[in-house]
Amino acid sequence: MSPHGGLRIKEVSKVYDPEGIHVVALQEISFDISPGEFCVVVGPSGCGKTTLLNIIAGFDTLTSGEIVMDGSTLTAPGKRLSPGADRMVVFQHGALFPWKTVLWNVTCGPVLQGRLPRAQAEAQARHLLARTGLSGIEGQYPGELSSGMRRRVELVRALMNDPKVLLLDEPFRALDALTRSVMHEHLLQLYDLARKTVFFITHDLEEAIFLADRVVVMTTRPGRVKKVIEVDLPRPRDHRILTSARYGELEEEALEAIHEEALKAFETGERELA
Amino acid sequence: MFRVVFSTALWRGVGGIALFVALWEAASLLKLPFLRFVPAPHLLFASVLETIQTPAYWTAVYISAKRVMIGYLIGVALGVPIGLAFGVSRAFKNVFFPVFETLRPIPPLAWVPLSILLWPTMEQTVISIIFLGSFFTVVINVLGGVETVDLRYVRAALSMGATRWQVFWRVVVPATSPSIFTGMAIAMGLTWEIVVAAEMVSSIGSGQTGLGAMMWQAYVGGVIPLIITAMVSIGLAGLLFSALIWQIGGFATRWRRLV
Amino acid sequence: MLRWVRSPRPYQLLLGFAIFLAIWHLATAVLEVPIFRKIPPPAVVLREWFNPEPFFGVSVYTSLYYSHIAYSVYRAYTAFALAVLLGVPLGILIGWDRTFHEYTFPLVETFRPIPPLSWVPLAILMLPGTEPPVIFVTFIAAFFATVLNTLLGVQSIDRSYFRAAQCLGFTRRDTLFHVVIPGAMPHVFIGLQIAMGLSWVALVAGEMIAGKRGLGYMIYDAYSMVQIPTIIMGMLTLGFLGFFSSAMVRYLGGKLMAWRSY
Repeated sequence: MSPHGGLRIKEVSKVYDPEGIHVVALQEISFDISPGEFCVVVGPSGCGKTTLLNIIAGFDTLTSGEIVMDGSTLTAPGKRLSPGADRMVVFQHGALFPWKTVLWNVTCGPVLQGRLPRAQAEAQARHLLARTGLSGIEGQYPGELSSGMRRRVELVRALMNDPKVLLLDEPFRALDALTRSVMHEHLLQLYDLARKTVFFITHDLEEAIFLADRVVVMTTRPGRVKKVIEVDLPRPRDHRILTSARYGELEEEALEAIHEEALKAFETGERELA
Repeated sequence: MFRVVFSTALWRGVGGIALFVALWEAASLLKLPFLRFVPAPHLLFASVLETIQTPAYWTAVYISAKRVMIGYLIGVALGVPIGLAFGVSRAFKNVFFPVFETLRPIPPLAWVPLSILLWPTMEQTVISIIFLGSFFTVVINVLGGVETVDLRYVRAALSMGATRWQVFWRVVVPATSPSIFTGMAIAMGLTWEIVVAAEMVSSIGSGQTGLGAMMWQAYVGGVIPLIITAMVSIGLAGLLFSALIWQIGGFATRWRRLV
Repeated sequence: MLRWVRSPRPYQLLLGFAIFLAIWHLATAVLEVPIFRKIPPPAVVLREWFNPEPFFGVSVYTSLYYSHIAYSVYRAYTAFALAVLLGVPLGILIGWDRTFHEYTFPLVETFRPIPPLSWVPLAILMLPGTEPPVIFVTFIAAFFATVLNTLLGVQSIDRSYFRAAQCLGFTRRDTLFHVVIPGAMPHVFIGLQIAMGLSWVALVAGEMIAGKRGLGYMIYDAYSMVQIPTIIMGMLTLGFLGFFSSAMVRYLGGKLMAWRSY
């Protein structure tokens, strides 16, 4: 368990089609994420949170500014960043390979990278899957599993790659509310196991406060930091915390910040960019 | 505009084709036995230029096009309603679809002898073969389109008090229209392929000379550049006509790009 | 299966065929509609088809019938196999590698619109013997359909899978074998079914013009000798073989892509 994965986002801007329609997705956004911290970025549709995640992941480039990870520059204008296992992504609609078994999906990263021999990887995989309550499904195909189970498998796959930062792109958006609340608890259990740095984006405020150590509220387009809220709720957390007084206070604070942005986004008819 | 002209993709594409032509020219010069009868590109090019200036060529184009359009339109006129019927009425489909599916795999060219026996004139024979080609394709595509209409649209209409006829005309037909146009475009491309087959036969008897017949006569007469000219012309015509249908279809269903 | 037998479906199916046969019979044997004058009634065709001593020489009992079928099947399947062996890899390359696509796709698209049947004269002139031209023409038909559908298959793979592969540290080779090829398979198999159907269409043309033996040839030969029941036999046999071949491809596809049935 490495104490690494600290991110510094410094004055990052992203402009799409600079000579054409000139869409400013991010405007000199800055904030820090400490190693091992669970950071959730919240904002209305079109605020640029997905763009920021894509830049950190290496799927997109920034126009100006810098992102530093553990003291060295990760990406800057002119410095191409490739996606990698150190910044493992869990995708919104899921990207488990439907044509491979669960076991293959979960072990393919370490095995193909040459970091672990197959047997060892498989043993580790079975162990992790069991920790999330998913024993016995190793030989099945993703299509046979429920969406909640698929999400958990994808989380296990991500963790198997021992990333420095875990990037989660609204991973529970497509799940129903009940499955989602169970998934939150599962996610926190996995987080407590490894204490990786987590960069989680969502539009759901309740989800954000429940999961996070810190909540970063973004403005609507062009995206900047509106407010940073420290979530000092004790860990380990479970659903009962949702009715505590402190939770209520935090939610009120966040709601005030985000509601204004949500209204603005609604009025301008913002749509997601990516 | 300039960006298009100078894009790498364009130059690479041109390069690929140029390389092919160069190899062909070289093979011709080397007198490879394989290409004994095939003219060198520069000779072919000259012959093509010559041919497209003759009235006989354009008459042939017109004749083929006319046959294609008539056969095609009849195929669409019958194919769309039947495809819709198959999609909408379970009973109709269960009764007649098996017969349809039995006849569909029979290649158009295999229908030719029967058609000749059936129809009094060669012209009708050719058109009937073209009709068959377009008919089967259109029905299958329309049927597929009806079957993929989102049930929720139907239910939404019914819950707003629509009658079955209204649901059909106002929901099913518009929702199927992309598939109808796709089927029409594919069928159009197909009919040009069939026209070759159909006209090869008609050149045996009397009748007017379409492109396919012209190609066959060129073969019999040993005029190879003309064969290739005809081949390419038919291919181009098929491309142009189906592109036209795609455009019309795209325009008629422009609501699609917004959703 | 049992459910199907017990539903109204089998009876409706039989009803459809019955109506078809009835109209055919009416038009030819009873009402003797002038346009159908030369067409034999269904009874005549069936009688000839299952005749141990066929009047025109071909029936289910003659080896000639099966010889024709064997030739056609051999040609169609050989051409199809060649088209798959060449077309699928080419389609995958064109769909996946941007540079390769830019060099080769325009060339492919220039040749694709040329109807396979129109290659017949050129094929006869370029290739020796009778078999190669027929197989070549059939191959052309199947080849382009395969390439196009394979290409579409690769392009239809969700971008997220490629991104996940990048995060997971896949090399280009890994991505090809574990993402591109399996991901394109569903589309490839649809393309193969289409290609199989097109093979039969092109085959008949080739046989009618260039072949000796084969169902296409049988039909044309029967036509030239005014043996009409044989024509119809040939047509229906072709229809059946074409349908059966496509069904087989579809079945194989289902088996190879077990992960899809969920």
